[in-house]
Amino acid sequence: MTSWRTKLLPPLLAIVFAVLLSAIALIISGADPLDAYGTMIGQMFKGSTSVDTVNLATVYYLSGLAVAIGFQMNLFNIGVEGQYRFAAVVAAIAGGALKLPPVIHTVVILLVAVLAGAAYASIPAVLKVTRGVSEVISTIMLNAIVAGIIAFLINADQFGVQTGNNIGTRIIEPSGRIPGIPIGQGTLFGFVFIAALIGVAYWFMLNRTRFGFELKASGESTTAAAAGGVNAKKMTLIAMLLSGGVAGLVAMPELLGRDYNYGITSTQMYGFTGIAVALLGRNHPGGIALGALLWAFLDTSAVSLEQIHVSKEIATIMQGIIVLSVVVAYEIVRRADLAAEQRRVGRALAANGRKSASVADGGAV
Amino acid sequence: MSTAEAPAEAAPDRGTPAVQLTGITKRFPGVVANSDVNLTVAAGEVHAICGENGAGKSTLMKILYGMQPPDEGEIEINGEPIKLRNPQDAIKAGIGMVHQHFMLADNLTVGENVFLGAEALHGIGRAARARLAELSRQTGLNADANTLLEELGVADRQRVEIVKVLYRGAKIIILDEPTAVLVPQEVDALFDTVRSMKAQGYTFLFISHKLDEVRAIADTVTVIRRGTTVGTADPKTITSRQLAEMMVGSELPSPETRESTVTERAVLRLTGLTLRAEGSDRNALDDITFTVHAGEVLGIAGVEGNGQTELVETIMGMRKASGGKIELVDGDGKARDLTKAGTLARREAGIGYIAEDRTRHSLLLTQPLWANRILGYQTRPPVSKGQLLDIAGAREDTARIVREYDVRTPGIDVPAAALSGGNQQKLIVGRELSGEPVLLIASHPTRGVDVGAQALIWEQLRQARAAGLAVLLISADLDELIGLSDTIRVMLRGRLVSEADPATVTPQELGSAMTGAEEGEDQ
Repeated sequence: MTSWRTKLLPPLLAIVFAVLLSAIALIISGADPLDAYGTMIGQMFKGSTSVDTVNLATVYYLSGLAVAIGFQMNLFNIGVEGQYRFAAVVAAIAGGALKLPPVIHTVVILLVAVLAGAAYASIPAVLKVTRGVSEVISTIMLNAIVAGIIAFLINADQFGVQTGNNIGTRIIEPSGRIPGIPIGQGTLFGFVFIAALIGVAYWFMLNRTRFGFELKASGESTTAAAAGGVNAKKMTLIAMLLSGGVAGLVAMPELLGRDYNYGITSTQMYGFTGIAVALLGRNHPGGIALGALLWAFLDTSAVSLEQIHVSKEIATIMQGIIVLSVVVAYEIVRRADLAAEQRRVGRALAANGRKSASVADGGAV
Repeated sequence: MSTAEAPAEAAPDRGTPAVQLTGITKRFPGVVANSDVNLTVAAGEVHAICGENGAGKSTLMKILYGMQPPDEGEIEINGEPIKLRNPQDAIKAGIGMVHQHFMLADNLTVGENVFLGAEALHGIGRAARARLAELSRQTGLNADANTLLEELGVADRQRVEIVKVLYRGAKIIILDEPTAVLVPQEVDALFDTVRSMKAQGYTFLFISHKLDEVRAIADTVTVIRRGTTVGTADPKTITSRQLAEMMVGSELPSPETRESTVTERAVLRLTGLTLRAEGSDRNALDDITFTVHAGEVLGIAGVEGNGQTELVETIMGMRKASGGKIELVDGDGKARDLTKAGTLARREAGIGYIAEDRTRHSLLLTQPLWANRILGYQTRPPVSKGQLLDIAGAREDTARIVREYDVRTPGIDVPAAALSGGNQQKLIVGRELSGEPVLLIASHPTRGVDVGAQALIWEQLRQARAAGLAVLLISADLDELIGLSDTIRVMLRGRLVSEADPATVTPQELGSAMTGAEEGEDQ
């Protein structure tokens, strides 16, 4: 009972709060909040918006999981952005160059993506473990570097192909693609199911394996984990590599389900969205899924606001408010709950404790 | 402004006590920190509050300084009943506290540190500086107001703390273990300051558990044991032995009722163990050599900070030894060199570990009890199957520990933080005795726990010892050490300096060995 309240109440409160606050922003900007919200929700039933939302949420979900793995042991992997883009370009080059039978081709591309993401994450991981360099600093720098690496790799002199004004990697043959499911006017990424499987694997690892226990223990208390025989450096290294590996998959739904190559115009910033989504979902695989869906909904439906002459940036404001309120709400509920739990334990034991306490009480009266 | 003038006023009559606490009771969930505390401090005296760690001294001082409200009881300052809701109230009433850990900003000057937050009294200009200079003279602080705090030594920082509370108009000053951070000469200087200020009419509450210091400085001493005041005495007439008896009471374990279970079989063998201290050329551990046998409790006595923590953490592999050897001998007499092994390997070899700070080293506070059962045992049944956790097994075994070790909890799904200290410790003791250990390292196993939990933990340790467990016991509670140990070694400045027979040694003898009085100064 208590745990359900702890888990569901804060995000609900936060979303209600964010909706109210955004309504104020809407009123200030001269729009009718009900009209605006109605338009956003109505947009979901138009064209391929709902399918697009789920597709985008898949990407956000993977990014959120990658960040969450780091969060579990207090690693702030801001570098998901750099890791996924590095992995995307490497996997796209490998996928375009290889000629393999179906399924095997896809699996090889995914493997390359995971390894490339992990490899790019290994730089901050090794720096942190051996030299104590903060992963925040090193990953931010590596995010900046990755743009240069991509520009270099997709140059026509290296692996790039010029098509019109666009430069990108070679198109991946159909054998390497992941087929989608046509729904209405849109096509649902086949990767949705792979992402769901990764979510289940993440949950299993965290809650059922020794590794997950050690990860959580290190995150909660490095001192207690060390006294319990957990090697903090090893955990840091593995967590960072795992985070990078999952980050490597972030671009795969779009690469193998829609774009088939990676070019200078490919989307960015998914890594940063992942941080917000992981915060929103409190690192829980189910929560991250809901967070990713909410975020994607705000992104895809915001376009419709322009029909009623409302700036679509209002959706960005909502996203920001939601994250802030969720973080604050969780902390408030967490503290209140711990205090309530202590009182409850104290009360439950009062009957037992009464016996020994009565001597002192009697003495005091 | 009246508070600022307070030091200039005449001290209240001898008749009106400066501080009077009546029937103070403070409960925390599951534990009573203070019960029916009565304390009378005469104006212009140095009143020592004595008691073991966890006896409730700090809770009482927090109540007097307004940091925690008492559940019951009354506080009178200079004869006036008063309600202290926060430290500001206490400061207004003329109470100041010098914390054990200084509350000073290193990157500010002495003046800035003193004036910060008290600008309303004299501003920050000439008047403030004049007052600071006057107080510096009174307390013997030889530092210019413009000196950066980071340039001062520990003793001077402490003086800045004292000046800080005086500046805010304190007439009653609580010194919380002020000597813990000082070397002997600085202690003498501090005591001189305290004596001269006493002559000027200030009242001091001096918190300590060091009997010799209490006897040196205090006019009156009140002893706190298990959360309540057990008596007040004149330190000039009472002997250290009587004082020690008051501090530890009569519920001591009685050594004569037990027969020795010590065997010839060595379990833990340390040879020349050395640990270099960080940022110092002194060794934190210097050539430590001893053997713990099966069925033996080896007690390590020592004033805190003489290397006991480092010793334990080096044996557990949380610190890497700079030299020497750690060996664990198994049942067949085969020695296994653990010097290079990691903490997990050492635990798997059969070392159980009750850490001195249970919330930092033994528990995951927000995790449920059953998850805490796994910590340290994540590779072994019944809580683990290879790489996978056995959650059913962990829950079952946690329920068993809760039952057998009388952990008072409504269930095994509550977070560890919800339990009282004593119940947390019982859970830890149960866990560490459940992994079939051959050696148990028990660091302050009953610190801050209630009497019931203490008796239970002692009993469990005795039973385990009788079953052939080797125990390395570190404790600041000398009677616990004497009562449980088969052999006592005294640790001083990272070295084992002497040995004592618990059957004959008294706490006083042990106490003087711990301070190095017998050995003489070797530095």
